[in-house]
Parts: sequence; structure tokens; C-alpha cells
Amino acid sequence: MLDVLIFATLNGLVTGLLLFMLASGLTLIFSMMGVLNFAHASFYMLGAYFAYSLSLYFGFWTGLIFAPLIVGVLGALVERYGLRRVHQAGHVAELVFTFGLAFLIEEAVQFFWGRDTKSYQSPDVLNFALFTLFGQEFSAYRGFMIAISVGIFIGLYYVLTRSRVGIIIQAAITHPNTVANLGHNVPLIFMGVFGVGTALAGVAGVIAGPVLTTFPGMATVLGSIVFVIVVIGGLGSLAGAFIASLLIGLLQSFAIASDVGMEDLLDLFGISFPYDHALADLWGLTLPQVAPILPFLLLVLVLIFRPTGLMGKREE
Amino acid sequence: MVILQTLVKKFGIWVAYLAVLLLLPQLFDSILAISIYNQMAIAIVFALSYNMLLGQGGMLSFGHAVYFGMGGFLGVHTLLMIENESVYFSVMWVPFIGGLFGLLCALFIGSFSTRKAGTVFAMISLGIGELIAASSLIFVDFFGGEAGISGDRTFGPTFFGVDFAQNIQIYYLAAIWTFIATIFMYLFTQTPAGRMANAVRDNPIRAEFIGYSARRVRFISFCAAGLFAGVAGGLFALNYEFITEENLNAATSGRVLLMAYIGGLGYFIGPIIGAVLLTLMNTLLSTYTDLWLLYLGILFLLTVMFLPRGFAGFIMMHQVAWLRGRLTSLIKPYLITGLPALVFLLGVVTLIELIHTEDETLSIWGLSLTPASVPTWIVLIAITGAAFYGIRRSLPQLREAWHAANKPDGEGN
Amino acid sequence: MAILSLKDVHKSFGITHIIRGVSLDIEQGEKHAIIGPNGAGKSTLYHLISGLYSVTSGTIELKGEEIQNKPPYEISRRGLARSFQVTNIFPRMSVFENVRCALLWSRGFRYSFWHLLGRQGELNDCAMEVLSQIGLLEKASFPAGELAYAQQRALELGITIASGAEVILLDEPVAGMSHSEAENAVQLIRQITEGKTLVMVEHDMNIVFDVADRISVLVYGEVIASDKPAAIRGNQRVQEAYLGEVATHA
Ligand SMILES: Nc1ncnc2c1ncn2[C@@H]1O[C@H](COP(=O)(O)OP(=O)(O)OP(=O)(O)O)[C@@H](O)[C@H]1O
Ligand SMILES: [Mg+2]
Repeated sequence: MLDVLIFATLNGLVTGLLLFMLASGLTLIFSMMGVLNFAHASFYMLGAYFAYSLSLYFGFWTGLIFAPLIVGVLGALVERYGLRRVHQAGHVAELVFTFGLAFLIEEAVQFFWGRDTKSYQSPDVLNFALFTLFGQEFSAYRGFMIAISVGIFIGLYYVLTRSRVGIIIQAAITHPNTVANLGHNVPLIFMGVFGVGTALAGVAGVIAGPVLTTFPGMATVLGSIVFVIVVIGGLGSLAGAFIASLLIGLLQSFAIASDVGMEDLLDLFGISFPYDHALADLWGLTLPQVAPILPFLLLVLVLIFRPTGLMGKREE
Repeated sequence: MVILQTLVKKFGIWVAYLAVLLLLPQLFDSILAISIYNQMAIAIVFALSYNMLLGQGGMLSFGHAVYFGMGGFLGVHTLLMIENESVYFSVMWVPFIGGLFGLLCALFIGSFSTRKAGTVFAMISLGIGELIAASSLIFVDFFGGEAGISGDRTFGPTFFGVDFAQNIQIYYLAAIWTFIATIFMYLFTQTPAGRMANAVRDNPIRAEFIGYSARRVRFISFCAAGLFAGVAGGLFALNYEFITEENLNAATSGRVLLMAYIGGLGYFIGPIIGAVLLTLMNTLLSTYTDLWLLYLGILFLLTVMFLPRGFAGFIMMHQVAWLRGRLTSLIKPYLITGLPALVFLLGVVTLIELIHTEDETLSIWGLSLTPASVPTWIVLIAITGAAFYGIRRSLPQLREAWHAANKPDGEGN
Repeated sequence: MAILSLKDVHKSFGITHIIRGVSLDIEQGEKHAIIGPNGAGKSTLYHLISGLYSVTSGTIELKGEEIQNKPPYEISRRGLARSFQVTNIFPRMSVFENVRCALLWSRGFRYSFWHLLGRQGELNDCAMEVLSQIGLLEKASFPAGELAYAQQRALELGITIASGAEVILLDEPVAGMSHSEAENAVQLIRQITEGKTLVMVEHDMNIVFDVADRISVLVYGEVIASDKPAAIRGNQRVQEAYLGEVATHA
């Protein structure tokens, strides 16, 4: 039992941190430009694919460094030549634009890399068991994922709170006009933040690619979950996104690891139902089965009962 | 005579619409054509229902396929019930049943999701969509798991001898349903609830100060949209006799958004244009190239960026010039820019196909090109580049002509 | 009995206390002006009366019934209409539709989806009548968002008065208009509020003293005086707080 608990926690942590790497960029972009970037996970996918291609020729580490850079530049270009143009047409148009972008990137990835799964591998140096507990191994690569994520967050936190640029960014989030009047180039800041946000997604893609497999559907798989996280956490709140990321990561890994079902629950109350009943599917549900829908259930519930999310600001 | 004139003026467009719907099979009557018509009819109803949300009511939904799919699933279940004689009516009523079920789902979901418009509504619709798509794989009895469920439309009483076994019969049935649904959706826009939907879309706060609860107004539009999406789903069930989870998931929701947007949200006819266009791409273009989704993605992004009001909006843009009698002055500049644009388009498509192909030779536009030959590439790139230059060069002229054509009368220079 | 009556109304945003105990009685048929310096809380007071904001404490009665913290649409249905300081219209709808929508509820159409508006002759005539009153008849089929500023202000007024509400709250109806435009607007306001209760926030003292039967002065969220125009003109505290500069100019 304890082993399940520990491994579920560790895996939840890995997933949660990975999700936060996406969610943090998305949140930064949202709080600054007020647009929920539907294509955010697509940049994550691009990160994985670029890293894969680079790793074929130059090895994993080159990919780790350059793939996010390429993705960041692409992101900045999208902001400059796409989003900025639709911005005048309002938030719905922006949301629709990023939706279309996600659609296009998925098709483009299939065009350039094909439909099949790529055998993007973690580097050999990290192919050992970091430790073994109760006969189960925890791979060094997963440890590396945790280390990278934490490292980036510390760096990000430092930049945002301590550096001059970070302070300007924070100011531009709440008072773009004032910052512009002070002589700062707000459009440039926007472009930069969009680039950095997408580059973060790229990093996530690079390190997640080998574990979660690199295939054209990977953006869709993670995309809506990341959306769920930033909404549950409260749009625009980094702290909320952090909590929600870990929450969802843990929730999913525990749901998958446990084998509790509806029946057990009903047994607890001494209820039992016939198996040939029309709703038998409902009684037979197990937690691993419902694991994929839990985030969405949570999303809908949060939006109904607390539309601002966990840490969101007051309703406008 | 006068009465006839007003009748033509008032209902002419509807008569024409019905005539087109009913005469289409005279134009092409191959099996493929009929199947395309059927898909168009379904898509038109679905896209129009989506427009009630986004275009008329300002609610961006990423989960509208839920109501379509639900209508479709109950439609197939209805077919099954007709088959094993637990109910006794003609299959022609299946779209109606689908609509009722779509309405029922919308009544339930709309009761909490329409509280807000904007991002919150979009997110709830996304969440519900994913939730239901995922649950459909769990509740196998109703949704049939990954395989879906299938029925047979040849049972039950006939309608004056018509048994709806053939696709062409289904098409005429679908045409009638589409016509009726279109009329009702149009009439809805002319009612207080429909007009207030526009008002709430434009300015929900002000709407509350003229006596209307924005939430209630949204709710009504939402239910109406669910109803007609369900009708479309019922038509789908009737046409294909099967339905799967794919018909209510995010991909289908996305497709209807694309249709409505590309066609043009602000105009009643926009989604119809979009539905026809996308169905044609889906059915015809996809037989020529397996990259059609890529082209669709590009088309969509270009539309969002350059034609925010879609194709219908592009056509309507010319109204002013038309009214001022200056439309003809645009023909020449359009040709001058349009020609290189067309060449550019063909060039880009050829290049894309050339990159993509894995064969020795690529047959395209009646040419056969060899991907391995360097000169082919050089020539193609040169042509495309020249065409691009041509567009850039002629664009200012077009812009000028445009301004001249739209300038109010009597203004100098 | 007062048709609109505020009793010790307070409003705070977080820790900032904006409305600090306002009590005000407005009689049926009165033309009441509220004046006060920028940021005094005049618009906030309107938001409280019309239901946009909830009060922190206190009561607001319309025709003897408490309306505080009710949603705007319920207050509107009870016969109170208001305009906004920042133009607040339906930009993508035609001018005609703007006005017609404002008429719908009071004409009993509610949320009907079975009446065809094109056939409601009386409703449409009435909308046209309002349009001619506010001088926008020629722009009837224009998208409201493309009107000139003064025309949008006129439309704002049209939307407010269309329903025939008994109590009308106007928030700086002529701000930003040229002199002649403002004159026309005042003429119009006088004409359409004939026999109704009017509350008006306005900075232009000439207009205020011209239109109002009674004036309340709001300073820092408190009513420091509420009286006949002549008395207000002579009031020492008002002079100090607000009128000083205007009075010396005039
Ligand atoms: N939603 C809000 N949150 C916080 N403070 C607010 C809010 N609305 C208004 N205020 C503050 O309340 C004060 C009064 O604002 P209000 O708009 O009512 O003034 P006003 O008297 O209408 O001024 P003006 O003549 O400039 O229109 C201002 O200091 C404003 O900053
Ligand atoms: Mg004010």
C-alpha cells in the first residue's frame, strides 16, 4: 500500500510540475494580454518535435537548449504577425485565432514529421534507476524532469520579482498604459512575454517527449488539461496555477494507481445493484476508468460554483 | 399583380432556397453527389444552430457537438426502437426526436453554463464537451463505446409509400427538414428573444437596464441552438444509420466553429456558405489530397486574420460600392491582383504537394512533376516568388480603387 | 410620498468608503439635480440605485418598495430607467433596433420567441416616434457604433426614455457636446421628461439651474445640501466645496 502511495505521489509530482511549466506560460500570457492561448500546448508539441529532430543529429542536450529557443522565436513571430492583428477584433476573435493555430500546427506537424509516433529517447546517461523502493524503480530521467522544472521556476520567480525586466513586466500586466507612458515599449514586452511563455512550453515538450511519447496528438492530450488548470487555478494567478497543476497531477496519478470502484463505494453504504440493470455501467465504474474525466468534472464544478477559480481575483 | 410582386419580394428568396434544395439532385444524381448533398443539409442545420450561439448571441462554444451528438445517439436509438416495434411511427420523425433530445440536454446544461458569456462560457462548454465525450466511452449501453451504435432506417410505417431506404429519398426528406429548420431559425432572429440575443451579445450590461436578464436571454438562445443541433444530429442518424463518440467530441465541435466562422458569423447566410464550402472540401478535396486538413487550417487562419466577417462578410463589403454604382470600377483592379494571387496559390499548393509526395512523380493540374529534379523546384519557386511580387506590386492600386469606389458621393478628389 | 427614497446608503469598495450615508427623498414629478466635484460618488450612487452595484448598507425605495440589491432588470421593470456617463449602447445593432429593444419589455413582449417583430406595427411606430424625438430618424438603419459622438449620446438618451419609465436617471447627458448640441439636448430632455421624475447629474451649472426644481450637492460621498436652486446658490458650504470657482466665473 505504502509503495503505491509513494510512487503515485512521485509520478503525480512529475506530471504536476510538467503541467505547471505549461500552465505558467499560459497564465503569464493571459494576465498580460487577456488572451487564453488555445495553441499553447501546440508549442509544447513543437518543442518535442524540434528536440527530436535535433537529437537525431546533435544529441539530446543540444535539443534541450535549442528546441525551446526555436519555439520561443516562433511564438514571438505568431504574436507579432498574427495575434496583434486580430487583437483589435476582440477577445473572441483572439481565442478563435489561437484555436485555428492549434488546428494548423497539428496538421503542419503531420505534414513535416508524419503521423507516426517518433522514437524520441531520453539520453543514455539518464537511463538508470535513481533509487529502488519496494522493488520498484524510479528512473533518473524522472528525477531530472523534476530538477529541470524546479530549476526553471526558481529562475522565473527570480527574474519576475528581482530583475528590472520582471518588474516592468509585472507593471505592464496591470497598467499597460502607464508603462507605455513611461516610455517602455509595451508591444515589445508583449511579444517577449509571448515568446518566453511559448519557449517554456517548448521546454516542457522537450523533456516530456521521451516519457509521454512524441506523436501528433500529444498537444490535444495535454492541451485541454492545461486549460483546465489555469481556469481552476484562477485565470491570471501563477500561485493558483501551481496549486492546480499539482492537484491535477496527483489526482490523476492516484486515480490511475488505485483500483477503487463505484461498487466499493456502494458497498460502504451497504447498497448493491443488479448487474443486468440498464445503468449497470454506472455501478461498475472504477476510478482508473473515470481518471480522464476527473479534470473536466472539476473544471465544470469550479466554473459553476467559483467562476474565478481557486486563487482568482474578484469577479469583474 | 401587386400582391404577387410583394409575395416575390418577401418570400422570393425562400422559394429560391427551397427550389435549389429540391432541384440539386437534377444537377448531379450520382451516389457520391447525393451523399454530398446529404452531408451539406446536415452541416447547414448544424452550422446555423451554431450561429445562434456565436453569431447572434455572442457565446463562443467549444462543445456544440454535444447537442448534435446527443440528438444523433437518440436518433439511432429511435431507429432501433422502431425496428423492434417498441414505438410505431415513421422514421421521418427521427430528426424531430433528435431535436427534442438536443433541447433537453441544452435545458439542463444551459441552466448553469449561460451565467456568463465570454471566456467563462467558452471554458464551460469545453469542459462539458470533453466530459461527455469521455463519458461516452464509459457508458457503453447508450453510446456503444468506441464502435458506437448503429440502426436500420427501413423499418416502421412508410410515408405514402416512401420507405426511406434509398439515399435520394433521405435527401428529399433532409432537404425538407433543412428548409423548415432554416425558416424557424431565421424567424427566431425576428422575435423579441432573438433580437435581445443580439443586444446581449453587444452589451450585456446595458441589456439588463432595459428590463432583460442577460442570463435568461442567453439561456433561450442556447436552448434553441441545442434544439436545432439535435435536429441536425437526427438527420445524421437517419442518413448514416450509425453514430459514434466522434460525432460529439471536440473535433466535431471545432469543425462547426470553422464552418460558421469561415462562412461569416454576422450574417444569417454565412454559416450556410461555410457549411457548403467545408462539406465540399471534406468530400471532394479530400479525394484529391490527404493534406486537405492542412489547407483547411490555413484557410481558417487566413479568414480569421483578413476576413473577420467571413465569406459572407466579404461579399457584403461590396454593398456600398454596389449601391453607389461603382462596383464595375473594381473589376479591373481585382483581376490585376487576382491573377498573380491565383498563380501564387497554385504555386504554393504545388510546392506543398511536391514536398509531401513520396512517389516518383506528382500529377497535378495536368502536369507531372518529379520531386527529385532540382530544376522543377527552381522553376516553381521562381514562379511563386514572381507571383508574390506581383501581388505586392498591385495591392496599392487595388486599395486605392477600393477607397474610390466606397467614397461617399460628392466628396472631392 | 417620495417616489424614490434613499435611507442612509453606504457603499465601500474593499476598505475605501465611497458613499457615506446618503439619504435623499425625491418627489413624484420632481426635476432633481445632483452636483458635486469629480469623484464625489455621483455615478456610484446611480449604480446603487439602478442595481449595478449592491449597497453595503442602507435602503433604497422605489414607489415604496425596497429595491436595493435587486438586479438591474427588476428595477428597470418597476419603472426606473437610467443613462450612462460613458456611452453604453448596442454598437452592432441598428439605431432603430437599439430603440426597439429598449421598448420591448414595457410593451409586454418579455422573452417571447413567437411574436414576429416586423408585424408589431404599434411597437415599430413607437420606436420611430422615439427616433424622431431624438432626431435620429434618418440614421434609423445605421449601425449604432458608427454614429458620431453627439448622436450616440442622443441614442443613449433614446434608449433610456423609450420605455416610458416614470423615474429617469441621467448621468451627465450633455457632457462632451458642443454648445448648440447641448442646448438641443436640454430642450429634448425637458420635453421628454414632461410629467415624469427626473434625476440628473450634470457639471454645467447653467443647465442645472435652468432645469432643476431641487439640487443636492454630493461631496466625498455625503450630501452636504439639498434644497431649492436659489438656496443652493447662497449656501456657504456649497460655495466652498464646489461652486466657488464656477460662481466667480459666472
Ligand atoms: N468599482 C469600483 N471600485 C473601486 N473604486 C471605485 C469603483 N467605482 C468607483 N470607484 C471610486 O469611487 C469614487 C467615485 O466615483 P464616481 O464615478 O461615482 O464619481 P463621480 O462623482 O461620478 O465623478 P465624475 O464627475 O468624474 O463622473 C472614485 O474615487 C472612484 O475611483
Ligand atoms: Mg460620474
